[in-house]
Amino acid sequence: MDRTPAVAIVDYHLGNLYSVRRACEVVGVQAAITSSRTEIEKADAVILPGVGAFGDAMAALRELGLVELLRDIAQSDKMLVGICLGQQLLMSESHEFGVHQGLDIIRGAVRRFENPREDGRTLKVPQVGWNRIFELAPNAWQNEPVMDGITSGEYMYFVHSFHVQPEDPSVWLSSSRYGQIEFCSSLMRGNVVAFQFHPERSSRMGLQIYRNLARMIGNQVSK
Amino acid sequence: MMNHRIIARLDIKGPNLVKGIHFEGLRVLGKPEFFARHYYEAGADELIYMDAVASLYGRNSLLQIVERTSKEIFIPLTVGGGLRTLEDIQAVLRAGADKVSLNTAAIANPNLVREASRRFGSSTILVSIEAIRRPDGTYEAYVNYGRDKTGVDAFDWACQAVDLGAGELMITAIQREGTRKGFDLELTRKIAESVPVPVIASGGAGNVEHIREVLSKGKADAVSLASILHYQLIRESLGHGDYSDEGNIEFLRDKQSASKISGASVPEIKSHLEKNGIACRPPAKAAVHG
Repeated sequence: MDRTPAVAIVDYHLGNLYSVRRACEVVGVQAAITSSRTEIEKADAVILPGVGAFGDAMAALRELGLVELLRDIAQSDKMLVGICLGQQLLMSESHEFGVHQGLDIIRGAVRRFENPREDGRTLKVPQVGWNRIFELAPNAWQNEPVMDGITSGEYMYFVHSFHVQPEDPSVWLSSSRYGQIEFCSSLMRGNVVAFQFHPERSSRMGLQIYRNLARMIGNQVSK
Repeated sequence: MMNHRIIARLDIKGPNLVKGIHFEGLRVLGKPEFFARHYYEAGADELIYMDAVASLYGRNSLLQIVERTSKEIFIPLTVGGGLRTLEDIQAVLRAGADKVSLNTAAIANPNLVREASRRFGSSTILVSIEAIRRPDGTYEAYVNYGRDKTGVDAFDWACQAVDLGAGELMITAIQREGTRKGFDLELTRKIAESVPVPVIASGGAGNVEHIREVLSKGKADAVSLASILHYQLIRESLGHGDYSDEGNIEFLRDKQSASKISGASVPEIKSHLEKNGIACRPPAKAAVHG
């Protein structure tokens, strides 16, 4: 029987999660902001959002007893979606004010933008604003349901000082450039997908990504 | 690629969009949602809602406007005006804002910036600085829409606010606000070159050249625009059914005063910037076809 897919937006008490919930609602997904293990386990898919500091976020996830649960979800068929800091938390470790262990779902590190420059001008860190995302090879997104309807070179909204460096190059879903630095702006491995940008703040094309996610979750549910 | 942002700023009083000169003599222009929707469609990069009189009337109507806006607009929305406590900030975020702008309360209690950026993330906290040039060439920070002096040096405060955790600064030169004579390039540049976080220039845009100037010579990362966009939109909409005639816009029907106002739309501004080598996200239509 068809039903509305239900998504858990993981609340670890950092940052503003409401815009993620509104984007879910607009594309017809029921979304609950929650820290409860039971609710997260019950959900059809899990979104790990977040803004703020990596160390604080990991400490909060540990305190809430969610670290192992999120790792288990990554091993299951259920979709796990990381957004912004949520993408960074999936990595092995971060070099934000010392070294912090991450969820280690995707092997690799999180590093700060190192002196990004353009036309002799030092760029601001954090990067705040619209930047383009590119596919890694021509037509690479044609077979990626999450990028359905998205053209390589599309503009998305970013707010970040750090970026992920996955060890396995095949997990890169899109690349972007800030000054001379090319970075991984979204990644995907099986049921795990994550974005450095904020699709929920990226106008129509950002909502298109939410729509794609909703369809993928819906397909999973009706299986 | 560093893309400069064009931010539409809507000053709100009760249920209405208003606009003044030097923040005074407010005129009612219409319903904020109408303007916000239009700017979103036209490719504005962000929106800012500023409650012009939050301290006098409470802000229930602002929260409702934010809620309605956030259901149909999916670009970053900053809300400011009269926010004093973490609970105030929480309330506007819950209603649908992505960031908040702090001014008066932040100067009175700088610790609010630290606590708010820790709790909601630096990228959620924008500190707005309203500055007036002193005779000796330095700038003083003002509060309450440029009504009250603080004795605080605007430049020192900008640096301190960033140290406390502000993720962005918005700089308004009060003497330019609403005058359409151009931004204060010196003030903007001095602050933009001294802080690591993005600086939004606000107040004074009269034409597209002013915007180009403050992004190139003024080194701003973004501009916040009000009159130049609002007047253009009202003029385009006059005579069409979609603009509710509730605003006090007689001054625009009067030919003499209308001729002094050279509005510009978001696509016109962006195409002018692009022609002059200043990168920005193209307006909506171009972006779709990549």
